Amino acid sequence: MTTIDEARPTATTVDEAQPLRTTRTTGGDKAVAVASHVVLVVWTIIILIPLLWSLLSSFKSSSEIISGSPFALPETWLFGNYARAWTEAGIGRYFLNTVLVVGSALVLVMLLGAMCAYVLARYSFPGRRLIYYLMLAGLTFPVFLAIVPLFFVLRGMALLNTLPGLVLTYVAFALPFTVFFLYAFFRTLPEEIAEAAAIDGCGDWRTFFSVMLPMAKPGLASVTIFNFLGLWNQYLIPVAINTRQENWVLSQGMGAYAGQIGYEIDFGGLFAAVVITITPVLIVYVIFQRQVQNSVTGGALK
Amino acid sequence: MAVFLGLPLLIYVGLVLWPFGQAFYYSLTAWSGFSPPKGFVGLDNYARIFSDATFLRAMRNNVILVVVVPLVTIVLSLALASVLTVSGSSTGEVRGLRGSSLYRVVSFFPYAVPAIVIGLIWGMVYNPRGGLLNGFLTALGFDAFAAFPWLGDTDTAMGATIFVMVWAMVGFYMVLFVAAIRGVDKEVFEAARLDGAGRFRTAVTITVPLIRDNVQTAYIYLGIAALDAFVFMQAMNPTGGPDNSTLVMAQELFRTAFTQNRWGEASAMGVVLALVTLAFAALVFVVNRLTGAEKDEGKRT
Repeated sequence: MTTIDEARPTATTVDEAQPLRTTRTTGGDKAVAVASHVVLVVWTIIILIPLLWSLLSSFKSSSEIISGSPFALPETWLFGNYARAWTEAGIGRYFLNTVLVVGSALVLVMLLGAMCAYVLARYSFPGRRLIYYLMLAGLTFPVFLAIVPLFFVLRGMALLNTLPGLVLTYVAFALPFTVFFLYAFFRTLPEEIAEAAAIDGCGDWRTFFSVMLPMAKPGLASVTIFNFLGLWNQYLIPVAINTRQENWVLSQGMGAYAGQIGYEIDFGGLFAAVVITITPVLIVYVIFQRQVQNSVTGGALK
Repeated sequence: MAVFLGLPLLIYVGLVLWPFGQAFYYSLTAWSGFSPPKGFVGLDNYARIFSDATFLRAMRNNVILVVVVPLVTIVLSLALASVLTVSGSSTGEVRGLRGSSLYRVVSFFPYAVPAIVIGLIWGMVYNPRGGLLNGFLTALGFDAFAAFPWLGDTDTAMGATIFVMVWAMVGFYMVLFVAAIRGVDKEVFEAARLDGAGRFRTAVTITVPLIRDNVQTAYIYLGIAALDAFVFMQAMNPTGGPDNSTLVMAQELFRTAFTQNRWGEASAMGVVLALVTLAFAALVFVVNRLTGAEKDEGKRT
């Protein structure tokens, strides 16, 4: 994908005998450019201000947040807010749970999704279309429809309120999108390569793991990013089926604050928790922003 | 090969399809508490939820959301995407604005922040005690807003919540539309310009029709998000807002199921939510076809 801000050869350098094609800016252009920048700057500020305010407030005491000016710098920078949020409010524990659950679910869903998509894309057998449409059904219905029965299915398997239960549920709900995306991707890989691998004596497993999977890397990266953001932000599934507090994930820990905003709580700690939650993902996003945007929009445009 | 397909399918069928199917069955049973479902009661649960004023209120709020949120988000993100892609110089090649990638990166930030945290941050921004918004308004001289409870007043709670949902989603759709507009052949825009179309005219009569399938996709996604809205509401108005003015079906379903243990009724609500979602998607699809979706030559060349 080309981007607008990359340096382009301007038309002026091409041929001086074609004055019509120079990139001379007119007065109207300037007005439009200024107006456009104003609109974009305003929107950028609306995005950034609440985030920066959260960062600033994370160093303040609760009384400063409640009664002081929201724009003032902290009287003293209270780094203790972070320590309190991490240990006393349990954010540290929820953070580790989230890393564990999302990490395991990602590995599993990518592996299982890739295998499933590979078989669907490469082999023809009775029931193939049926499986494809069943996956489509899973993408269409809202999770809310499943949430009550899911609770009892997990209870029946003794997986309710356990981290493995949460991991399996994440895998199951991330699977249809993963299969769809990778199915399309595997279809684009040339048939001959799999055949060549088979002639060279590779079994199905070997062909898949050492030939096809490495070739599918760009597709896998896109889906992994998409799934990571989706699972890291997931809220409904854990609040319904993972209610034991020591197993909470970050979104649940943050949700617990939500009901208490009207009361006397540790607001400094709340903002510190907000910053702890969003900073790692935001940093990773800024570093990989181009890939993230491409894969996310690529996924949605499919 | 059987393992390749069998294992993922087993998990998928067991934890996604089977619960989906069961929900329809449970919605027809009188089931509450932790005893097994007892007694087939036909459509009684549906009759009960449709005569429940609270659920109807929630449904009405969802309808407001599904009308307003996608419309505002799409108009705003399309406007920003157009500005980014085609508002550069009006001579020479059709180009976007300088520095556009910075705007694109920042606008996309909310997508990397969990919705529950977005709701929490804005809950604090709207907070009548020390909130950023009232601090800003009083600094501008609007002293009447010194302690105005944005989320606690029936007149403003819904609007304030909708703003947050739009804030959270515009960046994603802007990036989506930027990608779609870049997929359109540049010569189409150049031809329009040669024919004398201004920027606004180009955006409305050229860009939108050419990327209408992307707009349709966006409309369906946004509508689904608005029909859900659970996370934002739980973060900002966990109890349904003042006088249930921001209560949504998903919250009522969750409460019915997990605090009142009325599983049969909750399942019926789930089915209603699913049917409304499907009906909405079908409606968007039909409207798009009826208004002439086949006019998409020039796209993705």
